[in-house]
Amino acid sequence: MIKERITRSISRMPLHIIIILIALTWILPTIGILVTSFRFPHDVATSGWWTIFKNLFNSRQYTLENYTTVITQCGIGRAFLNSFIITIPATVLPILIASFAAYAFAWMGFPGRQSLFIILVALLVVPLQMTLIPILRVFNQLGLSGTFPGIWLAHTGYGLPLAVYLLHNSIAGLPGELFDSAEIDGASPTYIFFWLVLPLCLPVIASLAIFQFLWVWNDLLVALVYLGGTPDVAPVTVQVSSLVGSYGQEWELLTAAVFISIIPPLILFFSLQRYFVRGILAGSIKG
Amino acid sequence: MRTKRSTPWLYLGAALAVLAFFLIYPSINTIYLSFFGRNSEKFVGASNYVYAFTNRTMLTALRNNILWVVVFTPLTVFLGLILAVMLDRVKYETTVKFIIFIPMAISFVGASVIWKFVYAYRPPLASQIGLLNAFLGVLHFPPLPWLIKRPWINNLSLIGVGVWVWTGFCMVILSASYKALPRQLLEAARIDGANEWKVFWKVIFPLMMPTITVLITTQLITVLKVFDIVYVMTNGNFGTEVIANRMYKEMFNFRNFGRASTIAVVLLLLVLPMMLINLKRFRERRG
Repeated sequence: MIKERITRSISRMPLHIIIILIALTWILPTIGILVTSFRFPHDVATSGWWTIFKNLFNSRQYTLENYTTVITQCGIGRAFLNSFIITIPATVLPILIASFAAYAFAWMGFPGRQSLFIILVALLVVPLQMTLIPILRVFNQLGLSGTFPGIWLAHTGYGLPLAVYLLHNSIAGLPGELFDSAEIDGASPTYIFFWLVLPLCLPVIASLAIFQFLWVWNDLLVALVYLGGTPDVAPVTVQVSSLVGSYGQEWELLTAAVFISIIPPLILFFSLQRYFVRGILAGSIKG
Repeated sequence: MRTKRSTPWLYLGAALAVLAFFLIYPSINTIYLSFFGRNSEKFVGASNYVYAFTNRTMLTALRNNILWVVVFTPLTVFLGLILAVMLDRVKYETTVKFIIFIPMAISFVGASVIWKFVYAYRPPLASQIGLLNAFLGVLHFPPLPWLIKRPWINNLSLIGVGVWVWTGFCMVILSASYKALPRQLLEAARIDGANEWKVFWKVIFPLMMPTITVLITTQLITVLKVFDIVYVMTNGNFGTEVIANRMYKEMFNFRNFGRASTIAVVLLLLVLPMMLINLKRFRERRG
């Protein structure tokens, strides 16, 4: 019995070793930047970050100075704020507009419903590169490039097909009797929308909101194109990528900047993992 | 539902206006612009397309996109599948899944800096601060300039970053699908004397094929548009150019809007098969 158990666990050793090696490969790079962001510039330039483990609890090898430097002198503080200013309206706006449209697609009859919805499904995968030049030109004429309202609108456009598609799926899945009985009771479509449809779709809206938040927060291309690299309005992704150009070898600063930029998504990830996974699964076909 | 004829359009209005302005109009306009010169004034016929398929850097970009497709797509899906199946057999499944999924929350910009640090290169004899070259040193190999050594090492190094980010996504989807498989079927195969290897290839793999196919299409759409990683890590230097980064350069560095539009259209053409597959699947589900 015991012998059997031992042979069994020995035969399973390769499985454990492979899994642990993969897990280490996945976690070590991130630990590397976290450690480096707390080390002194001289140490970072002369020794690998793993050398701290020789003397892990010697607090004299750690500093917070890199963080104060990137926040105050490298524009990361401002950029962090800008990312929030960009991301919050760019998350709320598309979901709001999409839920109205999804409700109409799911429960109202109108000519062209089927073909409009097929166009929507096709738009899910259109590369946003197809839209950059014409929109940028219009934005330049209207004075919207380099402004927050411009990028809010652009992200609303890019997030809309997926939001309508997913909300439609969940609204269409609601029982029809619900709507019938509400109507018999004299409820107007507006009343039904706000007091029945929206509350019932809250889990999907939450997933969608998390996904859109991440997508906008982590976006680089859209911000580069429509904000044109103006430091006053640049989000963290743009600021970090420009630091890579100007501080290429100063790893203690780059790593601190990156770590600041990934804190909000990581908090979202740790606290709302269930919705997060669902949102990511749902968002897998975004264009 | 009984509603006034105008009601659906009130609900749809905002969404349709946004879609028309941010996706439909610009896409059509971009196709039109691709037949014009750098300022969109002179009609140039197909000459931008001739450029797109004959220019040396464009050919490199096309080659690299093919490399991304054939390495990134199978690797992420296969690693995700192996992890889903292996992790199902160990007690610490949740922890490892969590670790592998974390990069999904990090922006490509963040991931690029994290890995640029892993790939950091110092000349031989200097102390290596990059994890990979330090590891090579332990094994008594000379350090490698991972991001510079062309044509394969640097491109594969970039693709590695993409794999690091996206494997968790594939793993989560495939794991959900694996756990939904009928267990009796796997047991029956084992009782019939099939070893684990055979069970995997003859039972698990075919049963999960539908999910794998969907995943491959979404991964293809993702990989064809790869931009951030290349932009931040090498900006397409040393023969690592990709289509999306080339479009950005034509647009902002060379100010040639005709060529930039053409490259966007090439991207659309590459994504088109996936769009048709999506539409077909959508119709089947409805029909």
